[in-house]
Amino acid sequence: MAKSWREWEKPLIELEENLAKLEDLLKTATPEQRSELQPRVDDFKKRRDNYITVMYGRLGPWEKVLVARADKRPYTLDYIAQIFTDFTELQGDRRVGADNAIIGGPARLDGMPVMVVGHQKGRNIQERQYRNFAMAKPEGYRKAIRLFEMADRFKMPIITLVDTPAADPGVESESRGISEAIAASMLKMFEVKVPSVSVVIGEGGSGGAIGIAVANAVLMQEHAIYSVIPPEGCAAILWRMPEKGAQAAAALRLTAQSAFELGLIDEIVSEPWGAAHRNPAEAAQLVKEAILKHLEPLKNLSGEQLKAARYDKFRAMGIFESATVPV
Amino acid sequence: MRAQSEAFLQCAGCKKILFSVEFEQNLRVCPHCGHHHRLSAAKRIELTFDLGSFSELDSELRSLDPLAFPDYADKRLGAEQKTKSFDSVTTGLAALEGNQVSVAVADFAFMGGSMGSVAGEKITRTLERAVEQRVPAIIFCASGGARMQEGLLSLMQMAKTTAAVQRCNEFGIPYLAVFTDPTMAGVLASYASVADVIIAEPKALVGFAGARVSKQAQVSKVPDDFQTAEFVMKSGMLDRIVPRKEMRNTLSSLVSMLGGHLYG
Repeated sequence: MAKSWREWEKPLIELEENLAKLEDLLKTATPEQRSELQPRVDDFKKRRDNYITVMYGRLGPWEKVLVARADKRPYTLDYIAQIFTDFTELQGDRRVGADNAIIGGPARLDGMPVMVVGHQKGRNIQERQYRNFAMAKPEGYRKAIRLFEMADRFKMPIITLVDTPAADPGVESESRGISEAIAASMLKMFEVKVPSVSVVIGEGGSGGAIGIAVANAVLMQEHAIYSVIPPEGCAAILWRMPEKGAQAAAALRLTAQSAFELGLIDEIVSEPWGAAHRNPAEAAQLVKEAILKHLEPLKNLSGEQLKAARYDKFRAMGIFESATVPV
Repeated sequence: MRAQSEAFLQCAGCKKILFSVEFEQNLRVCPHCGHHHRLSAAKRIELTFDLGSFSELDSELRSLDPLAFPDYADKRLGAEQKTKSFDSVTTGLAALEGNQVSVAVADFAFMGGSMGSVAGEKITRTLERAVEQRVPAIIFCASGGARMQEGLLSLMQMAKTTAAVQRCNEFGIPYLAVFTDPTMAGVLASYASVADVIIAEPKALVGFAGARVSKQAQVSKVPDDFQTAEFVMKSGMLDRIVPRKEMRNTLSSLVSMLGGHLYG
C-alpha cells in the first residue's frame, strides 16, 4: 500500500521527468540529434500515456485518497485564480484572530459578483504551517459565517471550495468552541436566501468539510474524496491498525462515485486525463462550467424557495427502514 | 459502574462500593464522589418527565447497512438486543409540570450513542414535531459522534439536524440541549451546539476530537479538566452545569419561561 501520491505515481513521475529532460534537449538539438532524439521522445510519450491510462483507468478508493491529497493537486487559490476575477480576500473574523486555513472574499464569476469561501492547503513546509494544513480553527468558520452573512445581505451567490483533512483538533480550538463554530456555519448556510454551490476539490474531511459544504448544489471532482472519518482513523478504530487505511477507504465508500450513488451529491465534475494536477487549467475550466451550470437554474428561485430547496435536499439524506417487528 | 452482585455495585468514578438501592434512589449518582453514571433512555425519561407522560414515536425506524460495512450488521443486532431499541435515540412527546415538550433522549449503550441515518432522522423529526405542535424541544445528548459505519450518510446527518434547528429558530420554538456523558464530535458539532440553552451534567465529557487526537496535536500542556463540562463552561460554550437531581426543575422552569409564548 503506497502511503503517498508521490510513492504511488513514482514510475509515472520519473517518466515525466525524463520526458521533460528529453524535450528540453530537443529544443537545442541539431537536426541530426533531433532525428535521433525524436523517436525516443515519442516512445516516452507513448509509455507515459499508457501509464496514465492504466493507472487512472482503475483508481481504487485508496488511490483516490492519495490523489485527492496530492501536493501537486490544484488548491483553492489556484482555482480561484483561474475561475474568478477580482477576488479580494477579506480576512477578519472580527472576534479573536486570523485563520489562514479558510480563506474567502468577493470575486466575479463571468462578471457576476459572488462570495467565495474555501479551505486552503499549503504546498511546502512553511506554507503548510501557515495554512495549518488546511485545518481551520473556530476563527475560520466564524469568518466564513461573516462572509455568508455579507453575501446574503448583498445578494451574492455563495461558492465554497472544500479541501481539508479535518477541522483543527487542538486544545485552543476546543476552548474557543470549534464544534459551535462548525454547527453555526452550517446553520448560517441553511439560513441564507442566496443561491449556493459547494465543490469538494480534494479532501472532504468530516466536520471540517461539511461546516462549509451546505449548499443548494454539492459537487465533487472525479478524484475527490468525502468522508465521515479519515480512513487511517477508521482503521485504527476498527482493526487498531492505522496502516490498514486502504481497507478502511474501501469500507467507507468515500469516493465521488459512491457519494453520487448514495444520492448525497448532485454531480461528479470530470477531471482532465490523468487527474487535475496534470492539467490545472482544464480542471479549473471544468469546475467553472459545473458551477455555472448549477447556479443557472437557482437564479430563478426566490430566497424562500432557495432555503426550502436546501432544507428538502438535506432532509432527504439518510437510508433506513420502518421495522415491522418489535425489537 | 460494575455490578458486584445485585445488592452492590462499584462507582465508575471513585471505585467505592455502593448499595444498589441507595444508588438508584440517588438517581445513579455516586453519594461519595458525585459521579453521574450513564443512564438508559428509558431511565432518563422516567427521571425527567412527568410520570407516564411520555409517548414514544418513530420507534420503528431501523438502520440498514447501506455500505455493507464490516461487522456493522452484527454490532447493530447486538446493540438492539442489549438496549431493546432499534437505535441510539428514543423520541416522542412528554410533559414537564404539565407543559408539552418534544423530546429526544440518546443512549450511549447503543453503539456509543452514534448518529447514523436513524438517529439523524429521529432528531430531525423531534425538532420538526416541536415546530408543528408549537412546543419546545428538549434533547438529551450522549454520543461518541457520527456513526462511522454509515459513512458519508452519517456526516450528512450533521447538516440535516442542524437544518431542523434553524427551522426551530425561525418559528420561535425554544430548543434546549442537555450534554450528558459523553457528548462528542459530530453530534457536538451539529444540532447539540446550536441550542438556545445548553446545559450539561457535571463532569460530562464534551469535546470535538477524541482527547488522544487533541493531545497529540498539542505541544503545550493540556489542562487537567480538558473536555469536561467544567472546561467547556469556562470556554463560554455552555450555559449551566446542573446536577441530575435538579435537572427536571431546571428544564421545567426554562421551558415554561422560554415557551411561555407557546403555552399561553
